[in-house]
This record gives sequence, C-alpha cells and structure tokens, in this order.
Amino acid sequence: MIDLLTQLGKKTRYSFAKLGRSSFFLQQLLMGITDVLVRPQLLSKQLYSVGVLSFFLITISGLFVGMVLGLQGYYILSNFGADEALGVMVATSLVRELGPVVAALLFAGRAGSALTAEIGLMKATEQLSGMEMMAIDPIKRIVTPRFLAGFISLPLLTALFSSVGVLGGHLIGVSLLGVDEGSYWSQMQASLDVYDDILNGVIKSIVFGFVISWIALFEGYDAIPTSEGVSCATTRTVVNSAFAILGLDFILTALMFGDI
Amino acid sequence: MSLNNTIVSVQNLTFSRGNRKIFDDISLDIQQGKVTAIMGPSGTGKTTLLKIIGGQLSPASGSVFVNGQNVHQLSRKNLYTLRKRMGMLFQSGALLTDMNVYDNVAFPLREHTDLNESMIRTLVLMKLQAVGLRGARELMPNELSGGMARRIALARAIALDPMMIMYDEPFTGQDPISMAALVQLIKTLNTTLNLTSIIVSHDVKDTAAIADYIYIISHGKIVGHGSPEEIENSKSEWVQQFMHGKADGPVHFHYPAPTYIDDLLAFDKN
Ligand SMILES: Nc1ncnc2c1ncn2[C@@H]1O[C@H](COP(=O)(O)OP(=O)(O)OP(=O)(O)O)[C@@H](O)[C@H]1O
Ligand SMILES: [Mg+2]
Repeated sequence: MIDLLTQLGKKTRYSFAKLGRSSFFLQQLLMGITDVLVRPQLLSKQLYSVGVLSFFLITISGLFVGMVLGLQGYYILSNFGADEALGVMVATSLVRELGPVVAALLFAGRAGSALTAEIGLMKATEQLSGMEMMAIDPIKRIVTPRFLAGFISLPLLTALFSSVGVLGGHLIGVSLLGVDEGSYWSQMQASLDVYDDILNGVIKSIVFGFVISWIALFEGYDAIPTSEGVSCATTRTVVNSAFAILGLDFILTALMFGDI
Repeated sequence: MSLNNTIVSVQNLTFSRGNRKIFDDISLDIQQGKVTAIMGPSGTGKTTLLKIIGGQLSPASGSVFVNGQNVHQLSRKNLYTLRKRMGMLFQSGALLTDMNVYDNVAFPLREHTDLNESMIRTLVLMKLQAVGLRGARELMPNELSGGMARRIALARAIALDPMMIMYDEPFTGQDPISMAALVQLIKTLNTTLNLTSIIVSHDVKDTAAIADYIYIISHGKIVGHGSPEEIENSKSEWVQQFMHGKADGPVHFHYPAPTYIDDLLAFDKN
C-alpha cells in the first residue's frame, strides 16, 4: 500500500515536473517567433517538410473518409427518403468533427512523430549542444520554425481534408448512387453556416495544430538522448497527441455547440 | 595585458552526477595564448569540465571565470556573446546532419555575421584548407569518417576566429599523417593568432609534445600539474602511472564497484 502511494507520488511529481518543463519550453519557443519572422526562409523549408509532405496522406485519407460517409449516409438517409440531404450530412460531419479530428490524428502520426525523432536525434548526436556552444539558441533556430510550420500547416491540411472529403461523398453519392447533384450542393450551401460550422472547425484545427506541434517538439527536446529514449519519445508524441486531440475536441465541441 | 594572463580560472569547483562526485573542490588556471592539456583516465570528467567551462552545465559549488566573467552568473545574452569567442570541438564532432560540409563550416558565419556569400566562401575554403578537407566540401556528414568529421568540426570551431578553443579528444581516430598535421595546426593557430587552446586527451605523447602546461585529473581531484618536463619528472605515483601507462597503481582501470568476488557471488546470496 505504502509502496503504491510512493509510486503514485513519484509519478505525480514527475508529471508536474514535466508539465513545468514543457511550459517553460513553450514560452522559450514563442519568444523565438520574432526571429523567425525576420528570416522567413527558415520557415519555408519547414513548411515543406512538415506540411507539403503530409499533402498526399491527407488528400487520400480525406477522399476515403468522404466516400465512406457518402455510402453510410446514403443507406441511412434513403431509408427516410431524405437522400437529397446527403450533401449536408457529409459536409457537416466533415467540417465540424471528422475533418479537424482525423486530419489532426493523421498529422500527429505523420509529421509529429517525425519532428520528435528529428529533434531527439539532434539531441542524441550533440547537435543541439554544439549549436549552443556556437552561441546559437537551438530553440529559436531549430524548434520555433518547426512549431510555426506545424501550427500553420494543420489548418490548411484540414481544409484540404474536408474539401476532398466532400468531393469523395459526391463521387459515391451522386456519381454512383444517383443522389440528385443539384440538391447535394444546394442543401449543403443552404445549411452550412460560416460561423457555426466552418469557423468552429477552423478554430479546432488551429488548437490541434498548436498542441500537436508543442507536444512533438517538447518530447523530442526532452527525450533521453539514446536510440531507445528517442523511440519512446516518438511513441509518447503519437499517444499524447491522440489523447489531447480527442479530449480537446470534446471540450471544444461542448463549448461551441452545447447550450451550457 | 601582461603576457601571463589567466583566461580561464576554475575555482573550488564541485560537481556531482547523482551520488557520484565528478569533481571535488578543484581549482585550475589556464593561461592566455598557451596550449593547456587536461588529461586523465576515461570517465573522470574531462568532457564534463569543458561543458562546465562553456556554461552548459552548472557546478554544485565553485565558480568559473572566462575572460574575467563568471560564466554561471551571466545573463543568457552575455553568455552567448562570450560563447561566440569560445570554440568547442566536440568528441563526436556534432556536425549538423542536414547540411553538407561547406554549409556546416559556413553555419556560424551565416548566423553571426552579415558577410556576403563571396566572403563566406573565402573564409570557409580557408578553414577547410587548414584542416586538409577542402576537397570534401560537397560531402554530407554521414559520408565522412570519424576522423574527417572531427577535422570538419575543427574547421567550424575556428570559423569565427575565437579567442580560445576547447578540443575534446581531437586526436582520436586520426592516422599518423593527419595527426601530425593537426598537431601542427593547433600549434600554428596558437602562435599566429595567439589563440588559447585547451586540449582534452588521453594521448600522452602527442599532447605532451604541444602542451605548455598539463593538468592531470583523477578521482575528482587534480593529481598533478606542471609543464611537460615537470610532469615527466614528477615523483607522484599517480602521474607516473598515467604518463607511462601502467595498469597497476593508484589509478584504477575499473569504474567504482563492489569487489569482484562479492559481485560474482551476489547472485547466489540473494
Ligand atoms: N548525462 C549523464 N548522466 C549521468 N552521468 C553522466 C552523464 N554524463 C556523464 N556522466 C558520468 O560522468 C563521468 C564523467 O564523464 P565525462 O564524459 O566527462 O568523462 P571523460 O573524462 O570525458 O571520459 P572520456 O575520456 O572517456 O571521454 C562519467 O563517469 C559518466 O559516468
Ligand atoms: Mg570525454
């Protein structure tokens, strides 16, 4: 029993210490933003490796999620003779929930893990130490541009995901199952609200982009500088990002759509 | 400034890793413009000492002065300003793996100066020429051997023309030819640019040949210091053992441990 409590105490203390370190890290990282704005070429390179390289994965996934939504939606809606509402259903579920959440989960797996591994290995091979000794702040030079790239990329990738998803729904619903094309689009346009749906979805993706980039970069920076340490850190990035995304999604949804 | 100026002064330094005291109240001075060697058995904390001098690790007690400034009490900004004038050659090289040799050497110049590309090119080629690797400038770090990587790292460390350089094991992995060239280079940098060099090495002969002063550290203490001749003729058992590479003596080859027999039998006892 005492053992258990000691363990619990240790774990708690460890978690709080980590929370403290990560907050300090975030503060340092944000302070580097002005330096990155002065040298935008640092950012463009990262936008490529963080954002552009996720393009393919996001597009294909968006297409398939949209196609599945089209299929499932059609079966349910046609039972009630409401298959013209397919467009609304596909678009709303994508823009409000599936787009931000699934794109964020994919992004954490594709770009987040890569960021953690990269930073962790840089630490393990003393590249970060070396930079410090050259009087170059590795947080400003290495971490901040990657953070901004993640923060900017995810909302854009989410928009891409949702748009491709709507096309995927169209492909299945309209082209294959014969839902009326006019009502697919017009009902969607009529029901989707710029603020309630689109803006809220964008806010979600911004929050997710922030949190995933923070988690991924911190885990890499805080990793034990060995191969095993880096591999554990990479796993933690994916797991913690997933928890953060799903938990925050619930909270944000409750705040945005709930009448609490 | 007088000729015999102290540039680095370590005073009553104590540093621990976990329960193990790596340094126990040591003090040492490093003269400006001289080559000072720090020697000692593997694992005594030579790399640690360099990291403390560079301000990457903070001591439990004691202080380190570089150029009259207390390294561990400087603001971040001032510490960085000081570091621009201290080059450090890491044991592993620590080259940035996402850029080629040329860009690695150009890196500190691009970060810290406003020089245009043609001037940077000239400087980079000069530094690469000095370490004999001008022809390797297109290679990526993963295409270099360990010895080559360390020489590139040296070129990078001297890129900003620092006032002092800390070399962590510069001779490891060098063949006799590049070794001789490196020794020559360190000597030249020292005499022509009046650079201060701190060399950490096990390599007793070659280091003694270029060092003006030697410190031998073992078990957290300085067990001997003096000019190479003084060290050579030292009466201290510690120094004799180290300089002449005897396996037996006050310095143990083994990391602190329970006695061998106890350790071997420990499993049965449990
Ligand atoms: N990150 C660390 N955590 C805990 N202990 C460490 C750490 N780094 C080094 N040590 C310990 O500190 C001691 C000194 O290490 P250091 O790397 O300074 O040795 P060294 O004198 O440079 O050895 P070598 O000549 O083999 O390079 C070692 O005994 C090592 O066990
Ligand atoms: Mg060492």
